[in-house]
Amino acid sequence: MISTRHLKVWVGGAILLILFVCGIAAPVLAPHDPQAQILEDRLRPPRWAEDGSPAYLLGTDNLGRDILSRIIYGSRISLLVGAATVVFAGLLGCTLGAVAGYFGKMTDDIVNKISEIFLAFPFLLIAIALMAFLGQGVINLIFALMLSRWVQYCRVVRGEVLSLKERDFVTAVKALGGKDGYVLLRHVVPNTMASVTVIATFAMAVVIISEASLSFLGLGVPVHIPTWGSMLSEGRSYMNRAPWLTIFPGLAIFITVFGINLLGDGLRDIFDPKLRRQR
Amino acid sequence: MNTLSRRILGAIPVLLGISFLIFMLMHIAPGDPVSLLLGDDVTPEDIAQMRRELGLDQPLIVQYWDFLKQAVTGDFGRSLKFNEPVIELVMERLPATIELGIASMMVAILIAVPLGVYSGIKHNSLLDHAGMSVALIGISLPNFWLGIMLIYFLGGQYNLLPVAGRIEYGIEVQPITHLYLVDSLLTANFPAFWSAFQHLLMPAFTLGTSLAAIVTRIARSSVLEVMRQDYITTARAKGLSEKSVIWRHILRNSMITIVTILGLQLGALLSGSVITETVFSFPGIGELLIQSISARDYKLTQVLILFFAVMYFVVNLFVDLLYSWIDPRIKFR
Repeated sequence: MISTRHLKVWVGGAILLILFVCGIAAPVLAPHDPQAQILEDRLRPPRWAEDGSPAYLLGTDNLGRDILSRIIYGSRISLLVGAATVVFAGLLGCTLGAVAGYFGKMTDDIVNKISEIFLAFPFLLIAIALMAFLGQGVINLIFALMLSRWVQYCRVVRGEVLSLKERDFVTAVKALGGKDGYVLLRHVVPNTMASVTVIATFAMAVVIISEASLSFLGLGVPVHIPTWGSMLSEGRSYMNRAPWLTIFPGLAIFITVFGINLLGDGLRDIFDPKLRRQR
Repeated sequence: MNTLSRRILGAIPVLLGISFLIFMLMHIAPGDPVSLLLGDDVTPEDIAQMRRELGLDQPLIVQYWDFLKQAVTGDFGRSLKFNEPVIELVMERLPATIELGIASMMVAILIAVPLGVYSGIKHNSLLDHAGMSVALIGISLPNFWLGIMLIYFLGGQYNLLPVAGRIEYGIEVQPITHLYLVDSLLTANFPAFWSAFQHLLMPAFTLGTSLAAIVTRIARSSVLEVMRQDYITTARAKGLSEKSVIWRHILRNSMITIVTILGLQLGALLSGSVITETVFSFPGIGELLIQSISARDYKLTQVLILFFAVMYFVVNLFVDLLYSWIDPRIKFR
């Protein structure tokens, strides 16, 4: 029988896979052009409601745009920003953490001081401040979120490298003539990957919520690109007349983040023997 | 020099670093605040005149030095959007954010500690699984969406609670602490208390939920960890009642981790306040920050961001002090 932790990984992975498929195959899956405005069909309720149209499964917005198509296209931004931020923040954080932990001394001091500045500030506020100054845009958003997330990877990898570099297998590789770069890249860093995978999974969930929050505040991607956060922000003005404008994009964010958190939980349970004992 | 002063002095370079980064970013960002301020019908001379008046024609480093000098005296200049002293605007809005933060923290503690501790003690029970599922849902809920849904259902559909603001229009509260709930109680102004309480409920619940979800999970694993310790076996072997083991040994030792997480999550609470205040039009410094960013009021924005950093530092220091009170084995370093 499949264990709970494996079930979490399967269910979470399946939700993430659906998000990937939606993002990649958006032009095929979306029934309408997400930008097409059909004013005579504006504020049409979902298909099953009274006045609903079979052409619009989840209804339309105030400009007659199809909600389902916009949600499908919106997954592209969540996916792109989420994946790019996790990868770039991971690369930056892991590199700095590994170098600081392995070489120690002044390198460690400098990296620690920089980390302290970033840790002295709530990460979403760093992103809000950066977006306020940089302006809207996908690249700016990824940059702002990356700068606010790298420090988590850095701290964990540094801690793990500090412990790994004292282990016998590292001493053995060094005794066999392995150079620092080789030891670090081939023997130390690969051993931190289990923790990094777990952090990256949870970070993806946080980044997707952060992207939606920033777009909701008008600080994310430009308004003409459909995103779940901006759909929620636009839908607020019509909340009493057309609640589906806010219900469905919010559900999309919730289900995605729930799936990723489930995957993260499952991976953590599998990788962390201490947690496995608690169950 | 004692440890407290050392911690405060140690924060100064960090805060200076943050203020410098914020200052430089704001000035090299695209868009001119003066053009935005004066609108379209202005001559280049008007813009130049305004830039001179605001000191924006000076080199950046001079402007930063002036900003620091003003900051030391508590005079941050005037807001470009509101044309009021920045410090007055911040102090006027700060109590609302503090009140919301405390209320959210209380919501989080009231939900998370009993649920997490109970799940830990009765681990692998049905209630444990239900509690952990609820916590996972709580972590995954975007708080601005939760806020919007609460407004729609509790405010719009059932008209149970007010959906915006801090108190009903027309109700006055005599200011003492500027925290409406406290002031209305101190002056025995119960209609004001009830109104402020109703206005605070939805924002506090919205902001407190995500924190509660995180703390529930941590509280549970902390209890599980403590329950495996030898001193718990010893306490039971001594014949102590289960109630005594839980209250005096398990709970007290689990509290260190729970307080740490509550402290660490205060940052998330501060960030969350920006979004929650915007959703509920709650007049705190979070909402003010978004207004100042939209208006490119760089003076107000940089002061507010600096203010958030200082608040975060003060709160973390307070959490450190709290550790040594909870666990006398920990010396405040």
